Amino acid sequence: MASQEILREEPSRGSFINDPKVRGIFFQAVVVIVLVALVWWFVQNTIDNLTRLRIASGFGFLKSRAGFDISDSAIAYSSDSTYGRAIVVGFINTLIVAGAGIITATLIGFILGVGRLSHNWLIRKICMVYVEVFRNIPPLLVIFFWYSGVLSVLPPPRESINLPFSSFLNQRGFYFPRAVWGEGSWLILVALLLGIAMAWFVARKARQRQMATGQQFPVFWTSAALIIGLPLLAYALSGFPLSFDYPKQSTFNLTGGFQVKPEFLSLYLALSFYTAAFIAEIVRAGIMGVSKGQTEAAGALGLRPGSILRLVVIPQAMRIVIPPLTSQYLNLTKNSSLAIAIGYPDLTATTGTVLNQTGQAIECVLIMMVVYLALSLLTSVVMNVVNARMALVER
Amino acid sequence: MKHIAIGILGAAALGLVASAASAATLDDVKAKGFIQCGVSTGLAGFSAPDDKGDWQGIDADFCRAVAAAVFGDGTKVKFTPLSAKERFTALQSGEIDVLSRNTTWTINRDTALGLNFVGVTYYDGQGFMINAKKLPGVNSALQLSGAAVCVQSGTTTELNLADYFKTNKMEYSPVVFEQLSEVDAAYDAGRCDVYTTDQSGLYGIRLTLGSPADHVVLPEIISKEPLGPAVRQGDDQWYHIVKWTYFALLQAEELGITKANVEEMKTSDNPEIKRVLGQEADTKIGTDLGVSNDWVVNIVKAVGNYGEMFERNVGSGSPLKIARGINALWTKGGLQYAPPIR
Repeated sequence: MASQEILREEPSRGSFINDPKVRGIFFQAVVVIVLVALVWWFVQNTIDNLTRLRIASGFGFLKSRAGFDISDSAIAYSSDSTYGRAIVVGFINTLIVAGAGIITATLIGFILGVGRLSHNWLIRKICMVYVEVFRNIPPLLVIFFWYSGVLSVLPPPRESINLPFSSFLNQRGFYFPRAVWGEGSWLILVALLLGIAMAWFVARKARQRQMATGQQFPVFWTSAALIIGLPLLAYALSGFPLSFDYPKQSTFNLTGGFQVKPEFLSLYLALSFYTAAFIAEIVRAGIMGVSKGQTEAAGALGLRPGSILRLVVIPQAMRIVIPPLTSQYLNLTKNSSLAIAIGYPDLTATTGTVLNQTGQAIECVLIMMVVYLALSLLTSVVMNVVNARMALVER
Repeated sequence: MKHIAIGILGAAALGLVASAASAATLDDVKAKGFIQCGVSTGLAGFSAPDDKGDWQGIDADFCRAVAAAVFGDGTKVKFTPLSAKERFTALQSGEIDVLSRNTTWTINRDTALGLNFVGVTYYDGQGFMINAKKLPGVNSALQLSGAAVCVQSGTTTELNLADYFKTNKMEYSPVVFEQLSEVDAAYDAGRCDVYTTDQSGLYGIRLTLGSPADHVVLPEIISKEPLGPAVRQGDDQWYHIVKWTYFALLQAEELGITKANVEEMKTSDNPEIKRVLGQEADTKIGTDLGVSNDWVVNIVKAVGNYGEMFERNVGSGSPLKIARGINALWTKGGLQYAPPIR
């Protein structure tokens, strides 16, 4: 008993003030208390000042009628909708432009990244010039370049450029026929889903067969036939229910059809092209990070260059690529708030308008910060899951 | 981006400023030696920098008048250009002392934003402008169904526009920008068919376009836009100083006191003129307000009377050539009326 007690007290050596464990807890507690007090003081002071200045506060305004219109809206919105709905419209617009931008930026970025390592001198240099140009220009300028430099010099609506398939391009945007789905068109969707499911099943079977017997199966052509053929068959069977609403010239603009506004186009193109330059560098770094021995070994096994890239290099490169890619996706999403400079109604723009119409700055800025934070965290979570799947599985 | 920065700054200021510090704006202004005045980012006739970088216009001159009342010197003003979105936060957070930025007086702004409007320095109404060359045959706003309309975000204009098209069962597609200069550029480039803002603004903007003669302002006025300066709530003395500066400008015009004759008017026999100019024996009008007794003299010396201010900036003496109309004095059939200074 006695000897054990002596042993336990030995590390403290003296009064308990010098005990590192006690000290640690003490200082952590102090920091937490100070932090809480600071936040409480800040919040309390804000509330006091708002009351003193007779400025309305609280989130009740979200339920009032907005009274202003928004040019681009994916959900039903009119000036009779609420401020809350206006903010949601802006949020969805941010999601649309960020989502579309991420997909396009990734595609362009991968092509450029691989292109920078091409054996062809011209391709290599073109990709290099692209990356160096776009990487070194502020994104806002790239947006202005597309908006003022490219899209606003297009002809006015009356002199629209005619494109194939009854599409038009003018300074008000890009117009193309809108599909109008008639009765029975659900059958086409079912056929499409069925086609995809069957294609996936065929691919799985073909892979198993190749693993077992080494025989290959034309997966690509079969899948294409299934995914395209089945819906076409359904389309014919249900009596051709699809018609088109074509854009037509009216007093001021083209009406009918589907309009992609220049604000969206320039923001989307600018974000895609700008971020693609960074993604290209990440992809290049990832590929170069795979040791040359891997390529040589694959070559020695008799794989062709395309297969080496697809089966050996890229899967290993992905492990290096994904974490920095996540940062680029987050950057793109946050850069989409530059939309305000060209009047695309994203979250920042619509919430900013709500802020000014209601005057409730603190609440509106808070909403914006929380939404962007949530969006970024969500992107991170998704990418972390992808990363965990791609990570080296040790057997 | 900038309005967010101001929003956060405003939030931070509201959070950090100790409660007692802001009561007496007059003392703060005297201590720093100048008035911080919020103006627009550039609207001809109201507040726009000239080629030397000096702010010109009715709104800018009004701030000079307040400075003249407080300091006896109309130059003791610093101007802060603000977008429509930034203006209220800048005033609420104490970044500016007076907001004089073609701002429409509404009940919501008076009651929910913690502001006090002091009066109406310009009675305006919202109008539409189109390019008559590109759109021949359009001569009424009721023909605008289907048009793309350029408008500045966060303004009463944006709300009136939505109401007007809804009331008349017309369609439109809004093209919205935060800065007036961006709206100008978009309209000039043909991104939209119609430009809408206060009618006075349309005349000013038309002058800056590529070929002003091509553009016509349509006859319809779709709203009341009483534009005036505003101050923060909770400081009655400062509110009174700014409010009576405005009334003094009107009173000076009514009594025929001008920049040129103000010195000789001081010796006038007219008791009303003597009283207004602080020449009455033992007068306390100025000191009760919190300024010197010759405050009206200082105001008129700095910017002239209201009529002079109007003609110089937006009227016959300016490129805008706007008629006095309802902005004439009440004695001449207009709406400008000041309570007596006595």
